[in-house]
Amino acid sequence: MFYDFLLYALVGGIGVAIVSGPLGAFVVWRRMSYFGDSLAHSALLGVAIGIFLEINLNIAIIICALLLAVVLVAMQKQHFIATDTLLGIMAHSSLSLGLVTISFIEDARVDLMAFLFGDLLAILPEDLIWIGVGGAFVLLLLYYFWPQMISMTINEELAQVEGVNVAKMRLLLMLMIALVIAVAMKIVGVLLITSLLIIPAASARPLSHSPEKMALLAAVLGSTAVVLGLLGSYQFDTPAGPSVVVAAMLIFVAIYLGPTKKSQA
Amino acid sequence: MNSDIVRLEQVNISFSGKKVVQNVSFNLHSDCITTLIGPNGAGKTTLVKTVLGLIKADSGTVWRKPDLVIGYVPQKLHIDSTFPLTVKRFLQISRNISAQAIQQAVTSVDIAGLLESSIHGLSGGEMQRVLLARALLKNPQLLVLDEPVQGVDINGQIELYQLISDIRKARGCSVLMISHDLHLVMSATDHVICMNQHICCSGHPEKITNDPSYIEMFGAASAKTMALYAHHHNHNHDLHGDVLPANGEQQPLECNH
Repeated sequence: MFYDFLLYALVGGIGVAIVSGPLGAFVVWRRMSYFGDSLAHSALLGVAIGIFLEINLNIAIIICALLLAVVLVAMQKQHFIATDTLLGIMAHSSLSLGLVTISFIEDARVDLMAFLFGDLLAILPEDLIWIGVGGAFVLLLLYYFWPQMISMTINEELAQVEGVNVAKMRLLLMLMIALVIAVAMKIVGVLLITSLLIIPAASARPLSHSPEKMALLAAVLGSTAVVLGLLGSYQFDTPAGPSVVVAAMLIFVAIYLGPTKKSQA
Repeated sequence: MNSDIVRLEQVNISFSGKKVVQNVSFNLHSDCITTLIGPNGAGKTTLVKTVLGLIKADSGTVWRKPDLVIGYVPQKLHIDSTFPLTVKRFLQISRNISAQAIQQAVTSVDIAGLLESSIHGLSGGEMQRVLLARALLKNPQLLVLDEPVQGVDINGQIELYQLISDIRKARGCSVLMISHDLHLVMSATDHVICMNQHICCSGHPEKITNDPSYIEMFGAASAKTMALYAHHHNHNHDLHGDVLPANGEQQPLECNH
C-alpha cells in the first residue's frame, strides 16, 4: 500500500513518544539531558560495530548504549573529573569513533544522514516490533518501580533510609533511557533524540501538579508532536525527524506563551 | 525498661585522608531523646549518616537492632523546581502507605491546611513539619533529625522542639537529633553528646532534668523552654580541632558538669 509507510511512521513515532514521555520527565527532573545526548551519540558507534560484525543493527545499538550506561555509572564514582566533562568526552569520542569505524568499512553504503537525523518514513514492520516490545518492557518496569524512582528523584538519601535500593534504581533508570534511545534512534536520529525525551516533558511541566500527570502529559504531547510533525512533513515535503522536533518545539512555545492556566505545584 | 536500639563502638571515618569521626562509641536507647551538639565540621552529620547506614565506617562496629524502622529528616531537602509536587503527594511515599497513616502523621504535626500546597512554596518551618510527617509515616522506632530547626525563627524553633518532644511522648519512639544551638534544645532532651570529631563529653543536660515532671513543666511553659546546659570542658580545641589540654591539665577524660 502506498500509505503504509506513513502508517508505520505514525505507529512507530507514537510508540516511541509514549515511552519517552515518562522517561523524559526523569531526564528533566534529574538533569540528565546531557547523559541522554551522550548515549545517543554512542548509538552511532553501535551502528558501526553492528555493520562491522554483521549483526542486527538494533541489537548492536542496544548493547552499545547499555554498555556505555554501565561504564558511565561506574566512572561517576571517581572524583577527578566532573560528570559533565566525562559525558562530553564520551559523547564526542564515541560519535567520532563511530564515524571513523564506518569509514573503514570498505563497501559500506551507510546512509549517515538517516542515522544522524532519523528516517521515520523508512520504518518497517520489523522496527515496529522492536519499538513495541522494547517500549512495553520499559513501561512495565517504570510502572513497577515508579514509587521507588519518584522517592529517589525527590531525595536519594531519604529514599535509601526508607528502604529503596538507590544504586540499583539509578542504574535501572539509565539502562531504560539507553534502551529507549537505542530503539528510538531510527525515528529522529542520533542528533535529535534527546529532544523527544526533554521537549514534551518540559512542555508538560507548567500544566502539571503531580509527577504522574507530568509523565502522562509528556507522553500525550510527544504523541501529538509526532502526528503534527509527520502530517507537516507529508504536506510540505520536509524531513520527517526534524519536522517532529519542530512540532514539539512549537507545542512547547505555545504552552509557555499561551493563556493556559499554569500549575502552582 | 530501656533497651539499646543502636550501638556504635570505636567508629572511625575519614574523607580523603581527613579524619572526620574518631573513636566514637555510644548507644541509643529506646524511648530517649539524644542530642548531638558540636561546632560546624565536627562530624555530626557524618555520624548521623553512619547510624542511618548511608555512610560506612572505616573501622569500628555499627549495630542496629534487627528490622529497626528509622524515620529521617535530612538537614536540607532541595527538590528541583522542575518536579511538580504537592505536600499530599510527597507523603504518599509508597503504594502500601494507607490514607489513615498519612492522616495520622498530618494531624500529629498539624499540617492539614498545607496538603494541597506546592512543596516549593513552603516556609522553613512548614517544610520541617512536612518532613517530620513523612518521617513518621512508617511508625519509626527511631527518629533521626539533622538540625530540625534550621531556617526557622526563634518562636518556630521552640514550637518545633516542643512538637518533637510531644511526638516522642505520644509514640514512645527514640530520637537522635543534631543541633548546634545549645540553649533551646536542652529542655527537650534526655541525653547530650558533645562532639568535635571525637566525643568530648556526654550525659544528662542537667541533673534536675532527670525528673520527667520537670521536663513536663518546662514544656508547658514554652517561654521558659530555654534551659542551659551548664558545662565546661576540661580541654580546648586548636584551629584544627585537635585536642589541647586546658591550662596545663593532663589529657582529658571527661567534662566536668
